[in-house]
Amino acid sequence: MKIKDLTEKKERLTSGHRLCAGCGAPIVVRQILMGTDKPVVVGCSTGCLEVSTTIYPSTAWDTPYIHSAFENVGATISGVEAAYQSLKRQGKLDKEIKFVAFGGDGGTYDIGFQSLSGAMERGHDMVYVCYDNEAYMNTGIQRSSSTPRGAWTTTSQVGKAEPGKKQNRKNLTACIAAHDIPYVAQSSPSSWKDLVKKSTKAFDIKGPAFLNVIAPCPRGWRHPSDQALRIAKLAVETCFWPLYEVEDGEWKLNYKPKEKKPLAEWLKTQGRFKHLFKPENEHIIEELQAKVDKDWERLLKLCGEA
Amino acid sequence: MKNISKKRVVATTGNGAVAEAMKQINPDVLVAYPITPQTAIVQDFSQFVADGAVDSEYVTVESEHSSMSACIGASAAGARVMTATSSQGLALMHEMLYIAAGSRLPIIMPNVNRALSAPINIHCDHSDSMGARDTGWIQLYSENAQEAYDNTIQAVRIAENKKVLLPVMVNLDGFIISHGIEKAEFIEDRKVKSFVGERKPFLPLLDVDNPVTYGPFDGLGGYFMEHKKNQADAMERARDVILEAAEDFAKISGRKYGFFEEYLLDDAEIAIVTLNSSAGTTKHVINELRAEGLPVGLLKLRVFRPFPAKELAEALKHLKAVAVLDRALSSGFVGPLFSEVQTALFNLETRPKVINFIYGLGGRDYTLHEARKAFEELMTVAKTGKIKKTLGYLGLKEVEVLV
Repeated sequence: MKIKDLTEKKERLTSGHRLCAGCGAPIVVRQILMGTDKPVVVGCSTGCLEVSTTIYPSTAWDTPYIHSAFENVGATISGVEAAYQSLKRQGKLDKEIKFVAFGGDGGTYDIGFQSLSGAMERGHDMVYVCYDNEAYMNTGIQRSSSTPRGAWTTTSQVGKAEPGKKQNRKNLTACIAAHDIPYVAQSSPSSWKDLVKKSTKAFDIKGPAFLNVIAPCPRGWRHPSDQALRIAKLAVETCFWPLYEVEDGEWKLNYKPKEKKPLAEWLKTQGRFKHLFKPENEHIIEELQAKVDKDWERLLKLCGEA
Repeated sequence: MKNISKKRVVATTGNGAVAEAMKQINPDVLVAYPITPQTAIVQDFSQFVADGAVDSEYVTVESEHSSMSACIGASAAGARVMTATSSQGLALMHEMLYIAAGSRLPIIMPNVNRALSAPINIHCDHSDSMGARDTGWIQLYSENAQEAYDNTIQAVRIAENKKVLLPVMVNLDGFIISHGIEKAEFIEDRKVKSFVGERKPFLPLLDVDNPVTYGPFDGLGGYFMEHKKNQADAMERARDVILEAAEDFAKISGRKYGFFEEYLLDDAEIAIVTLNSSAGTTKHVINELRAEGLPVGLLKLRVFRPFPAKELAEALKHLKAVAVLDRALSSGFVGPLFSEVQTALFNLETRPKVINFIYGLGGRDYTLHEARKAFEELMTVAKTGKIKKTLGYLGLKEVEVLV
């Protein structure tokens, strides 16, 4: 795979959309859509990506696109796929078409969890991509079950009595892997080769596939708008966001940093963690580091790397 | 009646009749989720799929919210789509009902009417479909299994008509009709097939060479209000389309349908207006009262949305008094059907006195006794020209009230 070839592919999410400068979401979407040359129907849950790309009467999507509501892109795109299977079986349609659903972490980890779980269990031939920016960004930075412990959000405020979000984040990638579907992977737009390769695999595999992709949000994470990919890369290098895949139940690590960087290096790039560096909160950084270490060891074991 | 050569007269439940209609319609996609008392419909359909009797993709979702979401996806894709629900299921998909209608998707959904919790109750009332009044769905009501079957078939033609492109809900009473066995006449498969025809989708998602965007953001400075007006206009156009479909349906079935059925209404002085199965009981009592020489009649509404206000006013205007029966509550005011009927009559020069009875909540029996009680009250109103109480209850037990 050459980056030059990828740049020559037709853009299906075109320029002119109104996502913020430096937003991780459209970078993720464009890399995902580079993963297949087949026609793709895109589904989108309510969120930043949806409101910013389809401001009527304009649309940034040069491919069939449907949004219906927040908690149901799994079900919505599974309906589109079911129609496709039916019409194809009846000989009313002969093209090969791919189906992908995009949801943010609010629409995937939280309110859309049931709809996603149902779609995966039913075995639709579709790809579900979570662009994970670790909070409800479209409504103005509220905590989700993907928000890391200690992070400031507008519903996990920092004050004398509370140091930001109190709970650890949900391991959604593992939750979906537990569905025993053909393909589950975690990736980052900072590793474009890894992400496009996983997208191709997800589209090509018959049956459901799930990709969880980190998507930094300059507004919500409180970082300069030219830092998204660097911060995504640091999440990988600190092992906060490991790159791995689960294919037919086999766990495989796709990248092992030569030198595992301290989590604090990632935390300090973002204003949402600023308060953690105060003396009274330093124990939280230690505990977060311990959690990352434990999760990483567990992942290494699952991947046969320990 | 020569053209109904191979009709099948069967003993069937209402659910069985609806499932038969669905089989004959043979939708591209059938989305299924169980809920009492609808469940038997999707169970029957599962057997049709297992037997290879239908071409449908059978999608067994994990909730009614996903059920309507999958219907929306499949219908936007270009498929003919059906599902069925009841009560809490309809309430759970409430948000998606608006999106189905606002996206102008001709989804067909039988709703087996059942009370909404709390307290939990699995039996018939109309609080589910009345709660969905403003979602933008066309609503048809059915007195019995035959009408549920006939309405389901006609719904396809109404929904998919290019002048309409709106979803249709076909209502039938839970248990009373859904589970009661009665006689019905099924039309030949090939006639139903030709009556419903093939769906010719407008701007389908699966036309990948002509990509379209469904469900865009349409905020301030956009066209939201124009979209809603267009949708309301489509509902207006549905009036003619409903009557056209009924006319064509009469040709294959011999059964005539309109916005409502009038039973001994022409020469009546007092009448009941109602929906669904209570019409049968009311007709029986009308026969008894007529035998006693009393001028009583019935208007059984079939089409609730669009509401046939003009025609209804015309049909009721000569009466002295009308009782509207509501199998649903709107706590704090009168019943929902009463509101509509009262509004329809308001601008008449002279109009009947109108009273409201709440009946049959949570499946409470509406017996001959309750129907008689309603007529007795109407006779008093007609005689005195005075309404003592606008809102009354039929069949209410006398109990000690704690809260």
